[in-house]
Amino acid sequence: MRPVADTTAGAAADATAWRVTVDRSACLGSGICAALAPEAFRLEDERSRPLREAAGPDEALLDAADSCPAAAITVTEGTEVIGPRP
Amino acid sequence: MSIAHDEPTAYPFNDPAGLDLSGKYAQARSGEGLLRVRMEYGEPAWLVTRYADARLVLGDRRFSRAESVHHDEPRRGEGPRDTGLLSMDPPDHTRLRTLVTKAFTTPRVEKLRPDVRALAEGLVDEMIAAGPPADLVEDYALPIPVAVICRLLGVPLEDRPRFRAWSDAALSTSSLTAEEKTANRDELRAYMGGLIEEHRAHPADDLMTALIEARDVNDRLSELELTDLCVGILVAGHETTATQVPNFVLTLLGHPGELERLRNDPDLLPRAVEELMRFVPLGAGASFARYALEDVEVGGTLVRKGDAVLVAVGAANRDAGRFAAPETLDLGREGNQHLGFGHGVHHCLGAPLARLELQEALRALILRLPGLRTAGDVVWKTEMLVRGPRSMPVAW
Repeated sequence: MRPVADTTAGAAADATAWRVTVDRSACLGSGICAALAPEAFRLEDERSRPLREAAGPDEALLDAADSCPAAAITVTEGTEVIGPRP
Repeated sequence: MSIAHDEPTAYPFNDPAGLDLSGKYAQARSGEGLLRVRMEYGEPAWLVTRYADARLVLGDRRFSRAESVHHDEPRRGEGPRDTGLLSMDPPDHTRLRTLVTKAFTTPRVEKLRPDVRALAEGLVDEMIAAGPPADLVEDYALPIPVAVICRLLGVPLEDRPRFRAWSDAALSTSSLTAEEKTANRDELRAYMGGLIEEHRAHPADDLMTALIEARDVNDRLSELELTDLCVGILVAGHETTATQVPNFVLTLLGHPGELERLRNDPDLLPRAVEELMRFVPLGAGASFARYALEDVEVGGTLVRKGDAVLVAVGAANRDAGRFAAPETLDLGREGNQHLGFGHGVHHCLGAPLARLELQEALRALILRLPGLRTAGDVVWKTEMLVRGPRSMPVAW
């Protein structure tokens, strides 16, 4: 539960923002995510890294999570995992 | 910058019989810009041989596979090629591929490991019981991936002799006319269509049933896409792995020191498979040209919008600019980000499963048959997209 003091405009926007993480130990470096969503993922040392952890709702992020052969990409909205989709 | 109107070099370079990498690749890699090549059929193309250039072309959406449908694509065979997912770009490609990806992720296929290990060991038991010689292709390399993909997809294993011929034809490069290829594709589609109807009537716990649900309940793909996706999974799901098993065994037999190292330390197997994937150039040449959607500079050559680019992953995998001692087979090689499964959106869908099958296939052979050796002449496939033995007699 969030403290009341946190429900400023900024925090409210943050609650609906998506969060993207890549498990770099699982990443195989297939390059699928960076090709699908170059504005969101970059290969560094041949492994993927999200360019920003917080991102606006974007279908391409879910596509990337769904497409990862290592299941290494997770997209969350608040506390809910929304990608990869079931 | 290279001069675009040079007479193109004849391509592919590799001898179809054997696993050697043609010396022409080393020349191309160290040359200026990209080499202009021409295959037996189709328009000329730029040939990419360096690792960094290969990753750029395969991993950048400015290069398209879907565009190949509108061009006279460079190819070895006469007929046009219909390659399903491999002829598509996102978003269509993503829509179809993501329906299947989950069945092939690393965590999912890892659950199959005990079954695959038991399957491989059972086949070795049968070979030992029957006594040498055995045909490593027919008696070992094919049955493993065929059994795995049949179970996963929901195809009856006893149909193997039927789809074996269709699958061979689907991957052949020049032995069939365009008409024969079309007839073969239609037979394979009709066969798969029949299986899909059976699954509709009797749903099962397999990938085909899941794909039927994606169509019938969620309308995520057309009936033809459903059929072709199942055909693609069946064919791609076994042929390449079945080819790499004897290729890897031959390569190890040719490097007895490394084979001994692996026998003494089976924990090296995952890394050994990566190194063999890097070292063995599976194709007689690059195929599946990418088309530039805009002008892009690649390796010192300005590739113009509409130009075809062929990526020779076998050459890129031996680029000294990326790999130390690239011509050395080092089963303990670390940081081995080879391109044997491709790169970018078309990176091999079944890579995690192929890795597991290759690891387990090698493991059972190496641990159970210490005296494994060839026992006669290898007969090579010569008219297939992939190189490898058609038959390989072995003793132990």
